[in-house]
Parts: sequence; C-alpha cells; structure tokens
Amino acid sequence: MDRIKILLVDDEHEFVTTLAERLELRNMKATIAMDGETALGHIENDPPQVVVLDVMMPGLGGLEVLEKIKAIDSKIQVILLTGHGATKDGIRGMQLGAFDYLIKPIDIEELVKKLNEAVKGMI
Amino acid sequence: MDLKKWFNIKESLQMLTDVDSSLDRYRLFQRNIRILMIVLTIVPLIMMALINYHQYQSSLKQEMIDPTKLLVSKTRHSFEFFLNERQSLIKSISYFYSLNDLCDEKTLNHILFTLKKEFIGFVDLGLINGSDGRQICYVGPYNLLGKNYANQDWFQEVTLKGAYISTVFMGYRKFPHIAIAVQRLEENGESWILRTTIDTTMFDNLIAAMGLDAESDAFVLNNKGIFQTDSRLYGKVLEQCPLKIPTGGHATYVVEKTDPSGNDILLAYTHLTYPEYTLVVVKPKSTVLRTWYALKSDLFLVFLAGAILIIIVVFRLTGIMVNRIREADQKREIAFRELQHHHKLSSIGRLAAGVAHEINNPLAIINEKAGLIKDLIQYTPDFEQKEKFSNLLVAILQSVDRCRTITHRLLGFAKRMEVEIESLDLNELLEEVLGFLEKEALYRNIDIGLELAKDLSRIDSDRGQLQQVFLNILNNAMAAVDDEGRILIATWEKDADTVAVSIQDNGCGMSEETCRHIFEPFFTTKREHGTGLGLSITYGIVKKLGGDIEVTSKENEGTTFKIFLPKKSIA
Repeated sequence: MDRIKILLVDDEHEFVTTLAERLELRNMKATIAMDGETALGHIENDPPQVVVLDVMMPGLGGLEVLEKIKAIDSKIQVILLTGHGATKDGIRGMQLGAFDYLIKPIDIEELVKKLNEAVKGMI
Repeated sequence: MDLKKWFNIKESLQMLTDVDSSLDRYRLFQRNIRILMIVLTIVPLIMMALINYHQYQSSLKQEMIDPTKLLVSKTRHSFEFFLNERQSLIKSISYFYSLNDLCDEKTLNHILFTLKKEFIGFVDLGLINGSDGRQICYVGPYNLLGKNYANQDWFQEVTLKGAYISTVFMGYRKFPHIAIAVQRLEENGESWILRTTIDTTMFDNLIAAMGLDAESDAFVLNNKGIFQTDSRLYGKVLEQCPLKIPTGGHATYVVEKTDPSGNDILLAYTHLTYPEYTLVVVKPKSTVLRTWYALKSDLFLVFLAGAILIIIVVFRLTGIMVNRIREADQKREIAFRELQHHHKLSSIGRLAAGVAHEINNPLAIINEKAGLIKDLIQYTPDFEQKEKFSNLLVAILQSVDRCRTITHRLLGFAKRMEVEIESLDLNELLEEVLGFLEKEALYRNIDIGLELAKDLSRIDSDRGQLQQVFLNILNNAMAAVDDEGRILIATWEKDADTVAVSIQDNGCGMSEETCRHIFEPFFTTKREHGTGLGLSITYGIVKKLGGDIEVTSKENEGTTFKIFLPKKSIA
C-alpha cells in the first residue's frame, strides 16, 4: 500500500516539524506548510490526500484555507486542529466540509486513526 | 448651621446625582422639598385667610354697628321731641292765659287736669312770681303754695334764659321727676314763671321702645354722669354711672370699651342739645359680633383643615417621590455594580482563556517532542538506560496531561461567565460548593451536616449562578457560627414543580429588624468588610432563576435560609 500523503499546516514550526517526523516514523509522507498561502501552493502543485490544518493561524485563517482547499479539490480530506473551548470552530469546519477536528494537544495515535479513516473515506 | 446651605434645594438635587447611598442625603432632600412645598402653599393660604379675615371683619362690624347707631340717633330725637313738646306746651299755656287767669286755682287745676288727661307724666303745675321767687298759685299733690324758689339755680336760669328743663330729681313722693319752667314777661315789665313737674315714665317708655335684646342696656345720663333713668347693668336712677362717657360733639358715636366688670362692650352714645343729657346704649361685644365670631371660627377651621390637608399631602407626596428617587438610585447603583462585577469576571475569563490558549501551543510542542522521543526510543534497539528514558518520558507526558487539565479548567471557568441553563443535580452542586469551604470548616472544627434527599429531581438551572448563591449563603453561615459550630444543609422535594434547600446554622442569629432588611441592597452588618450587596445579589439571582428565598432567624440561636427552585427553568 502506498504511503499516505499528508500536508501539515501550522504556524508553530517546532510543533509541525516534530509532528511530521512522528508521522514519517509511522510510514506516512508528511509535507509542511507554515501558513495558508504556502499550503495552497503545495495543494496546487502536489495535492496531498489529507490536510491537517490548524484553525488559529496568522494571515489566512484555517477555516478560510479549508474553503479554498475544498474549492480546488473537494476530494482532499481536511482534519482541523483546534484549541480547547473552540469547539464552535470545529463544528463550523465540519459544516464547511472538514473530515473531523481534534483538540490540541493531540494524541498521536488518535491522529493516525483519523488519518486512516479519512483516506478510506476518500476512496 | 448655615441657613442658606440648609435650604438649598439646588444643592440637594445635585447631591442626589452623586453615587452615594447615605440615607442622610435623602432625609435632607426630603426635608428641604417639604419645607419648600409647605411654604409655597401655606403662605398664600395664610395671606388669603388674613385678607378675608380683615374684609369680613370690617364689613360685618359695620353691618352690626350701623343699626345700633341709627337706633340711638332715632331715640335721641324722640327724647328731644318729647322734651321740646312739653316745654312748648307749658310755654303755650303761659301765652294763652293771663296772669290773673292763672292765679285762679280753679283755672290752674283745670289746666292740670286737661294736661294729665291728654299727656303722660304731668304731676303738678305752679305759678311763681318772677321778681321774688315765691309760688303764688299751685295745683298738685304737695303743699307747695308760698314756697320761695328765689335762691334756687333753676330760678336764676329761667329768669336769664326764659326756659328751663331740669335734670332728674327725686320729688317728695320719692319718684324721679324733671321740672320744666318757662318765664312770661308782661308788657309792663313784670314777669311770672309757670313751672311743672313731669315724672320720667316717658323716658322709660322711650328706652323700652328701642326694643333692645336682653343682654343690652340703654340709659340716660346728665352732664355729671348721674343716671337719669335706671340702668339694667350699671345702677339705679340718680346714682353715679361707673362708665366714663366722652363729652362734646352732637353726633352719634360708637366706641369699644371694657366695662368695670371687665366685659368687652360696644358703647353707642349721643349728647342731646338741651338739656345736657346723654343717651347711652351698651351692647356686649359678644352679642354684637356673634355672627362675626361664628364666621371667624369657621374661617379658622377652614384654614386649619386646608393647612392640615396640605401638610398631609405634601408629606405623603414627598415621601413617595423621595422613595421613588431612592429606589431608582439604588437600582441604578446595583446595576452599575453588577455591571462592574460582570466586567471584572469577564476580564478574568478573557485573561484565563488567553493564558490557556497561549500555554496550549508550547504544551502541544512539548507533547510532540516528548512523543517523538518516545517513538524514537521505541524504534531503536535496546540501549543502556532505555528503561530509564522511557520512564522519564512517561513522567513528562503525565505532566503535560496535568497542564492540559489546568488549561481546560481555566477555559471552563471562562466559559462559565456566560449564563447557561443546564440540567443539574442540586445535591451534587451543593457538595461541589462545600468543597470550597471544607478546609475552613476543618480548621475551625465546624460540623457541616448533610441531609440531602436521595431521589431529588434534577432541575434546569444555571450552575455557575447557583454556585454563587450557595457559596454566598454558606459563607455567611460560616461567618455567623463560632468555632465548633454547626451548619446543616438539607434538600427535599417541596412539590411537583419545586425543590427546596435549607441552610441552617446555630450562629449568632439576627434581630427581626435585621431580618427585614437583609435582602435590601447596601444593607450590611459587617460594616467596612461588606458591600451589603451579597445577599441582595443572591436574592436577585434566585428570583431571576424563578425561585424564592426566605430567612428566619433568632438572636443567639441561629439562622435558616430556605431556597426554593423550580424544576423547569422559566428562562
């Protein structure tokens, strides 16, 4: 089976690089983007299967990026990362077409499970 | 005190706009408004009453006095007419008859007989020699023939003036009389005098004809103040009159006087032209002015009733008005403080949320880094101290978890700022609140007893607000009891729609007076320590949630608060 292609979008460099490394260790192909614009560029050039997207980002916000991704290719699955107490953002994201949302700090095993479900859902 | 400041309404009004709840301020304001309103209404009333009083007094007095004056004048004319008539009559006789005729006792007797028959009061008739004063002929009841009048005053006067009317004197019969004498001069130079005495019955008749009421008096005085007729009040005929009547003037005068017995009287008098008599009418002032007095007391009653009514209305109105203002002020102040309180809490909430979010990011990084290390260790073959590294990582991840719990709690607190109705278990909530007070209770050895109904219905209410309510009441209970005191918390189903909670302490208790005011805003017994808002806010919350709160207390025995909450939210 092919490695799942993932795009991680979060403005927190340390977080996103470490998460990418952990996913690589779990046999996934993770690309990093530090902001919404870069992320959209990646999606145009090399569309991933799943995007893990932080809701709170400077510049283009997570929900806006989500809308744009869905506009480019509605098949790309998006998992949102929200802070605690921002459940509303998560629900709003689901309404906009996100696959699911996770509350930070996340549990890696749960994320892996969701990623797998997302890919399955795509097929 | 500075009077100007005391009554300064503007200042009072300004004072009210300051945010300050001193009761003195309202009392001062209320007093000033009352004074102002009473002055503004009573002063015109007094002025009107005074004007009315004077107008009525002068017009009524005139109305009372004028008829008396008229009566006196009329009676004076009657007197003058009577005396002139008698004098003319005697004068006529002296002209109609010659000296010789009159010297005849028979003729004289005939004349007296006719006079007595036609006129009232004639007693006798005498003829006196003008030169020596000897009575030369006399008819009448006394034996006066030959009596010499030469040395008497009246004889001098009649020879000088030609006529004379005497003042009243007692005759031989001890009956009041007057004498009238006229002189007749013959052409040969000789003179003779015709003299008659008349009793004063006619005087009494004339006075009786005045028709005075029983309390009034009328009499005639001579120029020396001697009674010429009987007075009902002041003496008999020929006695000295105790009243001093002013002399001079021929009009009718009315004066107010006090008589020797101290009665206020109205004195109407007039002087006759001749003889020098004075006709006097005395009326007690009380009878003359009876109508006036009645009117005066009516006026006074109306004034008094008006004034009392005004004062009552002013007092009630200002009371209501100032109370309204005070209530409005209090409401405003409570709203202001609640807003402040709310702002404070929401600031804290925002701060907590901010802190939680900010900490969440580095926490996520630590989580991931530690996770990565854990992953790496897992994918690496055994190495020295692998076990220890693993344990250290578990400890780090556990700490991250603890931090996560803290941030979640902070966010939860921030969330609680918003009013939210949820289904909750009141017993659970009470136990939660007690958790806050456990340490203090333990430290002070306070026994907190729980009698919670086992199958208490869940209610729809606001958790945060209810926590505040119970925390507040429990805090008060803790403050009221001594160390080793006792607080009993009970819950029960009051009826199908209501659950009840009672919080009972065996603390210092409150007086009835305190009990009555306990839910009023700004009422505090903690002096400088309390805002006096705690229980009023508590009351406000319970009411807002559709519930009710009541308090019973006895000094030195304890206090019980009962809170009733609806099972279904009314919000």
